[in-house]
Amino acid sequence: MTTPVQIPAPVSEVATERLKSKHLLGIAGLDAGEITLILDTAVAMKEVGTRAIKKVPTLRGRTVVNLFFEPSTRTRTSFEIAEKRLSADTLSISTATSSVSKGETLADTVRNLEAMSPDMIVMRHASSGAPHLLSRICRSAIINAGDGMHEHPTQALLDAFTIREHKRRLKGLKVAIVGDLLHSRVLRSNVLLLNAMGADVWLCGPATLMPAGLDRFGVRSTTRIDEAVDEADVVMLLRIQQERMHGHFFPSVREYFTLFGMTPERLRLAKDDVIVMHPGPMNRGVEIDSAVADGPYSVILEQVSNGVAVRMAVLYLLAGREADEVSNV
Amino acid sequence: MSTLIKGGRVIDPSAGRDGAFDILIEGERIAQVGRDLATNGAHVIEIPKGCLVVPGLIDIHVHLREPGQEHKETISSGTAAAVAGGFTAVACMPNTEPINDHAGITQFILKKAAEAGLARVYPIGAVSLGSAGEQLAELGEQQAAGCIAFSDDGRPVATALLMRRALEYARMLGAPIIDHCEDPTLKGDGVAHEGYYASALGLRGIPGAAESLMVERDVSLAELTGAHVHIAHMSARQSLRAVRAGKDRGVHVTCEVTPHHFTLTDELLDAPVKYDTNLKMNPPLRERVDRDAMLEGLADGTIDTIATDHAPHHADEKMVEFDRAPFGIVGLETAVPLVFDRLVHAGKISVRRAIELLSTNPARVMNLPGGTLTDGALADVTIIDPDRSQTIDAAALKSRSKNTPFHGWTLRGSVVMTLVGGRVVHRADTASQGRTTAHART
Repeated sequence: MTTPVQIPAPVSEVATERLKSKHLLGIAGLDAGEITLILDTAVAMKEVGTRAIKKVPTLRGRTVVNLFFEPSTRTRTSFEIAEKRLSADTLSISTATSSVSKGETLADTVRNLEAMSPDMIVMRHASSGAPHLLSRICRSAIINAGDGMHEHPTQALLDAFTIREHKRRLKGLKVAIVGDLLHSRVLRSNVLLLNAMGADVWLCGPATLMPAGLDRFGVRSTTRIDEAVDEADVVMLLRIQQERMHGHFFPSVREYFTLFGMTPERLRLAKDDVIVMHPGPMNRGVEIDSAVADGPYSVILEQVSNGVAVRMAVLYLLAGREADEVSNV
Repeated sequence: MSTLIKGGRVIDPSAGRDGAFDILIEGERIAQVGRDLATNGAHVIEIPKGCLVVPGLIDIHVHLREPGQEHKETISSGTAAAVAGGFTAVACMPNTEPINDHAGITQFILKKAAEAGLARVYPIGAVSLGSAGEQLAELGEQQAAGCIAFSDDGRPVATALLMRRALEYARMLGAPIIDHCEDPTLKGDGVAHEGYYASALGLRGIPGAAESLMVERDVSLAELTGAHVHIAHMSARQSLRAVRAGKDRGVHVTCEVTPHHFTLTDELLDAPVKYDTNLKMNPPLRERVDRDAMLEGLADGTIDTIATDHAPHHADEKMVEFDRAPFGIVGLETAVPLVFDRLVHAGKISVRRAIELLSTNPARVMNLPGGTLTDGALADVTIIDPDRSQTIDAAALKSRSKNTPFHGWTLRGSVVMTLVGGRVVHRADTASQGRTTAHART
């Protein structure tokens, strides 16, 4: 297994100076320069996490609300740590404690939160497009922490950051993404990002879990896993929700694993320095064999570590953008 | 009392008439249509040059929401929207609360419509009790109370057996069954057309086959029973093909298309505004090839009528996440501008064909009075300025709900005046000014 490089890798794209939008609603809308800016900024942010005192005053006095309408451990914790390392005042709300259960609409919930003047809202929601709705009615900057089956932009950014640490580039890499393509927001954000950065993206999964119109995604797709994994630089597995069987998407977990599970044998088809990624939570023995998940090519836990750095970068850049706007008035 | 409509170009496809005629109205009916009729003390309505005088438009697919959902629309506000849009008659779907599956509810609707005194209202009764798809409603009783057709709109008749029986029974009564065609298992919890845009936006898809599968079933059952089935708000190219094939072999099948399905496509879900809930309707906006198929069907005669599927929803109900928003948009007040701007002026169909689709055929398909300007007919008349532009302003709509995706659109073709039973029930604000070019609202 290769050692992660600590120096920012030279990429063909040049970072822009600032982000165009005040929100991060998705990878859609970001260009290669903006993506590079976030990834480059995350390199510096990662260094903060290695210090004895893991805290910088960048967001002192800013209030960030984490609004999670869907259960999440990894993403919510990652955002909270990122916010605290930047010295923001943070508040996390999950569905169990929100007034949504009392029949309040999303718009009203958020208008009430806004009345208390937060600067940023990080939201996870089961409905695709929920952050777009908020961005039309809110003053705060909205960061999408996953919306339905649509996008999960910070996941794609941390994936790209992790790939870049190992491969020094994204352009030209063969990235095979295997699993439930239909329902995955991670997939959609990754396709947009990897395409913007010039990677060679291959998608693989059962025909029942391939989205309609896939031919217009600008990727290659196959139902034969060997073809997807062949000479791949990166293999990324997507979570299979076991209850999908009830929608007739596949007959059994057993058969899924037989046809699409990532085993050490299959991984041998990939390049020698392949890295294996998974956004979590993993289903061992369904989409991934434990021998692969815990094996020498796995970078799954690095993804989690890098998530904090990437989210710090996003928070920092959006806050900085806001500060620019204020000073321009 | 008599009224003389003087000047203007009379287009009445039912009588094969197109030219400069005057129309003399005595009471509620047309007394005479002819050239240069004498005034003889009649009240004269001078028609500005270039305006069209056509048989009153008929929308055979609207939701008036009363009883039960008066926050969305009432029979009074809905018929005000109808006459403002040039419609002298509307047929209202039974999915009210309670559902119109009983003569008592039909009578209530007709009473409210008479009190409003604007457009004629023709109730459509439910096919099954509670539109639950289990037990046939009392179609005969409903018809006696005033229902002109039967439909479980919004909840398609799920089993072929019930549909077969309903068709046979309705045939006995001489009434059509209108079906909202959608296979519930293929639709699932879909919210947008299954295709690239739904996939990219992470919205659950509804394939065109969910519609066409049931259209094919209904055409087969109409063939089996000899009954008349009318396919509501057709949207998929495969459905058009099924209807065309049925018509070719002599099956009594008719169909309608909405202005939004011949105008808009699913691309709009992505831009300029992502996830606009005023673009969420059922059936969903489909792909260009489907939209183009609808345009073809309108031009070649396969499609019988244009109906709006006017579906008012309160702003609060639409101000939610896309997948939680109700399906539907208002349509009564934007239909004429869209038909003229997008079909007639775009060269897709003739003016005469537009009037067939909006008046002659709806009357014929649903066996309604109207749709004609001949001696003795109901004096339901719509006057249209085909060249006057207007900018759609959602806030100015007469409908109680403002859920339209056409807000801010400037369209050429406007309703000038609407007469029902010889009475002027709507006069556009700018009617007295005659023709203007673009009158943009800010």
